[in-house]
Amino acid sequence: MSTATVAKTDGAPVRTARRTSRLGWNLIGLLVFLTAGFPLYWMLNTAFKPAKDAIDPDPSLLPTGLTFDNFSRALNIADFWGPVGRSLIVSLAVVLIGIVVGTLAALAISRFAFRGRKIVIVGILAVQMVPLVAMIIPVFLLLNDLGQYDRLTGLIITYLTFILPFTVWTLRGFIVNIPRELEEAAMVDGCSRTGAFIRVVFPLLAPGMVATSVYGFIQAWNEYLYALMLLSQKNQTATVWLGNFTTKHGTEYAPMMAGATMMAVPIVVLFLLVQRKMAAGLTAGAVKG
Amino acid sequence: MSAADTTTPAKVPPPRQAPPPVTKRPTAGRGTKGTAATPWLLLAPCLLVLVLVMGYPLLRLVTLSFQKFGQSQLWGFQPAENVGFDNFTAVLGDDEFWTVVIRTIVFAGGAVVLTMVIGMLLALLLQKVSGWLKTLINIVLVASWGMPVIVATTVFKWLFDTDYGVFNALLSKLPGVDMVGHNWFASGPQGLAVIMLLVVWGAVPFVVITLSAGLTQVPKELEEAARLDGAGAWGVFRFVTLPILKPIIVMLTTLSVIWDMGVFPQVFVMRNGHPEAEFQVLNTYSYDRAFVVNDYAQGSAIALLTVLLLLGVVAVYMRQMLKIGEVE
Repeated sequence: MSTATVAKTDGAPVRTARRTSRLGWNLIGLLVFLTAGFPLYWMLNTAFKPAKDAIDPDPSLLPTGLTFDNFSRALNIADFWGPVGRSLIVSLAVVLIGIVVGTLAALAISRFAFRGRKIVIVGILAVQMVPLVAMIIPVFLLLNDLGQYDRLTGLIITYLTFILPFTVWTLRGFIVNIPRELEEAAMVDGCSRTGAFIRVVFPLLAPGMVATSVYGFIQAWNEYLYALMLLSQKNQTATVWLGNFTTKHGTEYAPMMAGATMMAVPIVVLFLLVQRKMAAGLTAGAVKG
Repeated sequence: MSAADTTTPAKVPPPRQAPPPVTKRPTAGRGTKGTAATPWLLLAPCLLVLVLVMGYPLLRLVTLSFQKFGQSQLWGFQPAENVGFDNFTAVLGDDEFWTVVIRTIVFAGGAVVLTMVIGMLLALLLQKVSGWLKTLINIVLVASWGMPVIVATTVFKWLFDTDYGVFNALLSKLPGVDMVGHNWFASGPQGLAVIMLLVVWGAVPFVVITLSAGLTQVPKELEEAARLDGAGAWGVFRFVTLPILKPIIVMLTTLSVIWDMGVFPQVFVMRNGHPEAEFQVLNTYSYDRAFVVNDYAQGSAIALLTVLLLLGVVAVYMRQMLKIGEVE
């Protein structure tokens, strides 16, 4: 393919040398593709194969049939929609609050020169570096004292602390890439500072805000430890739900893989979408050339 | 950690495309009645949340580690009393703690080195393969990066299952190898190797994608010039590519250290919520002390020591971030 077009311009011996080396690299690349993709493939493969084929000491690497039994079993083993609903509430609330509060803060540190700006930036970065696991004990005690244990609000507030620094920092990156001149031009034309923000900066910032929100949503959705510790069994969220397949009597792997598929596919699709937008938002300038 | 853990791809700023130098620095609130108070007003809600929900527990973590705080204090039967450095002497005097520290460092160190080396190799490989294959590999990388950690852990648990795991079956197909029924989690080192593999699998995509973006910024002319001067492939990499990528590599390495020292769900879920003594890393050890042994004070002391252990790495990371922040 592209090898041919590249090689055309070269002399004959170079061409064969290039072609063989490209072939070699492609073979290695293919191996990488298969290895890196195998866990994903095996999850899907197990989820869709008949449960009895899943417990085969010498499993067939290719699909052995297509069935949705594992999915219905996964849905029945423990309430699925309740945890999913709770995860949705928590993640959406975190993202909505996070994006509003975060945008304001990001504007402050990227568009204003003020005393203490550097300290604020360092502080926000530092907060992000505090390992979440280290905080679980005091957060647990705090929410316990406030009567917020086993409440979704407690979880929402807690998640905000790790979504916010990230949101502020990312949005700052987006805002910095929007030329100040655009705002200044709007202000020269008679806009107030707020007006300039709403009419000029906000539309340019919107894709970045969407991408940041989706990314924050994924983070909140995927969180496990706090969801496990701060909510009881009856209020569990989606990530904790996945633990229901392992009981004292062993693990039901085929339905568990079906459950894993249901959890992972929407998130992976979202992630694939944002990936592009994040890159676009970071590189596209409003004023070109 | 993993990649999809608490942090972010976007934190790594786009490889320097310096914006036009700002000659006149607009002063605060120019053109409006806005004063020096405006930025603080904008920051207020954010700072409020961070101080209340992060600042207070952080302080509490410190005070807690100097108190006696167990079950009876949790329920309020007894007031928490100050015990000075007792918790720290107890923890630091415990041989098990040091075993856990060394295990954590070896684990995280191994995972970071593997992640960075494999990530670099893959980023270089992606430049060599055909376009269609590059797209395929990229899709797989982004998909595995986006996988929720819990799901990834569950899948790996299944891959390495004793009786029906596909990994044992595949290994047994090799001549002279019989791994049928091999329990990977019977011994700590082997089990942690599997967990390390899981961590690396989850962390490599972020590194590859960031480094690939960095590699496109390496000027072709420089490589060409080095080659004309007689540098081999290794020479070009060592003296041209590597120095240009250095800031990105420093940042990725420090981030990886922070993430891999913070591994929790992978170990916790892999061992069904009760990691055995041989599987304990600092985080699970602290959790265990607090919530299983019900000694919240010692758990906090261990958590605090972990934070202190990471402080040096965090300092390097922050310096790098601020440097890049100044460029913009």
